[in-house]
Amino acid sequence: MIVELGHFALILAACVALLQGVLPLAGTWGDRQRWQSLARPAATLQFLLIAASFAALANAALTNDFSVKYVANHSNSLLPAAYQLASVWGGHEGSLLLWVLMLAGWTVAVAWFSRSLPQVMVARVIGVLGLISTGFLTFILTTSSPFERLLPAAADGRDLNPLLQDPGLVIHPPMLYMGYVGFSVAFAFAIAAMLSGRLDAAWARWSRPWTVVAWVFMTAGIGLGSWWAYYELGWGGWWFWDPVENASLMPWLFGTALIHALMVTDKRGGFKAWSVLLAIGAFSLSLLGTFLVRSGVLTSVHAFAADPKRGVFVLLFLAVVVGSSLTLFALRAPKATLGGKIGLVSRESMLLINSVLLVVATGAVLLGTVYPLVVDALNLGKLSVGAPYFNTVFVPLMVPVVFLMVPGGIAHWREARWAELSRRLRVPAIGAVLAAGLMPFVMETWSWSGLMGIALATWVVLGLLLQIVDRFQKPGRIPISFWGMHLAHLGIAVVVVGITMVKGYEVERDVRMAKGDTVSIGPYSFELGPVMEVTGPNYKAARAEVKVTKNGSTIEILHPEKRRYFSSAMPMTEAAIDSGLFRDLYVSLGEAIESDPPQWSVRVFYKPFVSWLWAGALLMVLGGILAVCDRRYRKAEK
Amino acid sequence: MKPRHQRFLWIFAGVAVLAIAGMFVLNAFQSNLVFFFTPTQVSKGEAPQGRAFRVGGMVKEGSLKKDGEKVEFVVTDTLNEIPVFFQGLLPDLFKEGKGVVAQGKLNAQNQFMAAEVLAKHDENYMPPEAKHAMDQAQAAKAAQTLKP
Repeated sequence: MIVELGHFALILAACVALLQGVLPLAGTWGDRQRWQSLARPAATLQFLLIAASFAALANAALTNDFSVKYVANHSNSLLPAAYQLASVWGGHEGSLLLWVLMLAGWTVAVAWFSRSLPQVMVARVIGVLGLISTGFLTFILTTSSPFERLLPAAADGRDLNPLLQDPGLVIHPPMLYMGYVGFSVAFAFAIAAMLSGRLDAAWARWSRPWTVVAWVFMTAGIGLGSWWAYYELGWGGWWFWDPVENASLMPWLFGTALIHALMVTDKRGGFKAWSVLLAIGAFSLSLLGTFLVRSGVLTSVHAFAADPKRGVFVLLFLAVVVGSSLTLFALRAPKATLGGKIGLVSRESMLLINSVLLVVATGAVLLGTVYPLVVDALNLGKLSVGAPYFNTVFVPLMVPVVFLMVPGGIAHWREARWAELSRRLRVPAIGAVLAAGLMPFVMETWSWSGLMGIALATWVVLGLLLQIVDRFQKPGRIPISFWGMHLAHLGIAVVVVGITMVKGYEVERDVRMAKGDTVSIGPYSFELGPVMEVTGPNYKAARAEVKVTKNGSTIEILHPEKRRYFSSAMPMTEAAIDSGLFRDLYVSLGEAIESDPPQWSVRVFYKPFVSWLWAGALLMVLGGILAVCDRRYRKAEK
Repeated sequence: MKPRHQRFLWIFAGVAVLAIAGMFVLNAFQSNLVFFFTPTQVSKGEAPQGRAFRVGGMVKEGSLKKDGEKVEFVVTDTLNEIPVFFQGLLPDLFKEGKGVVAQGKLNAQNQFMAAEVLAKHDENYMPPEAKHAMDQAQAAKAAQTLKP
């Protein structure tokens, strides 16, 4: 019964979303105040209805109601409660429900926190969000309802994919979705600004905090996904250029460019059309990501659907969104002024170059991700684009981006003088060269790319220290957003160090070991102890004991496992990791080899600085949060 | 130089840089495309020598031989087969009689030296490429039996 109520609530929500999409927007023509004022209550009502619907599905999962097809397919009575809850978004239908729940949540947040905005603007923004929500609710109700019943009910559920039974995976999808969906707010503000015919700086000011929050969630989501892949998949990798990862990276790159372009629009009145284009692009790439991940054109742990109707629907929706917003752009953008002259060497010019580079990098990733799908769809053969392509293209494009972060932060707005700029860049430049020059003496081996990575990271860190020192010499209160920006930029430097060190100095050993055998990497040696049978809540596992010693003294006992889940008989490698600030030691257990004495294949990694990758992402997240906490946004809300 | 000329020069430089970047991207793209071939196509000699490609199908029952980290098995699409050599840990879901996709190069003896055996996420899951290979072979068989 509750399940049917949930379904009914979702149908009502779709009706409310349609009203929310049509009436306030229609009210902005001819200035009908009453219609416009419907926007806020409609958004709240829609949110409550979708929340009720989501709660109904969550209730079914937590009470093991296997008469619901979705629950029977993705949950199991033996599953711990946290994972039963996670199973609500562990499949196609439920994850879409989460998508619309978040969209409704963002809409309500806009409705509440935009009291100071003109009513027309609010009506337009919420109207656009209502139209997007209508599209997705129609999609769920017509092709992928999670409330379908199963007759007769299943005795027990098929279980959540064991790979997804992990604390990281309970929060990774909601985070990433908050990011994907959050870019819809920036998009709605851009569309609203174009509809009003006034592409001025105001919309940029209003949408800046929203865009930063969406970017923060997206960063956290990508970071968590990468971390999960690292410790759960058992191959020690952290980024595979998998199409699904690319689907989240592309809107992130656009979002990063958008945050910076919006700042220029807000502060200097420049880049108006460019900001609008980036906002449209970021949201379209979010939709494309949803399409790639959810349509079943890709086959991976993320792709659930194999129903072609669903893919076609999302693709059509994407075409409508991109087509109509670009048409609107073509009609309205020529009205936007350039916003004053920009010097060839100025903060604006460097921000522009960087955002163009980010867009080009996105294009390169898009080409590599979509080309195999297009070729396959046209029946021209089957092919794939290897990771080397992404590395050879992405890295050279990102190097100038990171490089320009420093002069871009130091240079004046409008016109900077070469002489002054180069004088002030002397300290970071000398520091970077020195740091790179020290590498061959500190490390046993070195490579040009390694030197460049270290030089770049030093350059960025010294550059931002220089800016902080400069700021202290100026009078006036330092805003929190200043610290936010530098913390996020520091995060970039930390990630660069992590990538450079892991790529340059990681060691992998694949060995066969019997009890008592030892394998060593540098000063560390790993001794295989007994392998025992253990039983978990819904699996059985072989659990090895690996003693790790450094120069003879024991530092850690690791317990890698090979699990076999009851419901699917699927084997799973559970790696054991000794994590540290400067290195991770990573052991994963392969299969048993029948011999006398019994042996196991074991994979051992030494990963220097790998935790810096996620520490950097965390710094970016914290930086983004600080930037949003700035006083001027709180003032604007009042 | 007049400001107008200077601006023109900069635009020209910008376009030139973008063009070079584009060339560079497309070049990297071209050299990193990995094509897929079925065992039948490989045995017909359609697969390239000295360039990496993917091959997929079923792991032939009873063909798996292990010698420490050295692994040898046969990939078949039921019509033709190809021996595959690999060094390293096999993915969790690698099994005889199940679908597999391997990436690597052919050596002079027409043996496939795999650099990577692709891991899959689900025990019932058939890699789409492997399924494609099996379907092609089935279609070829059907065509042959139809011929008098």
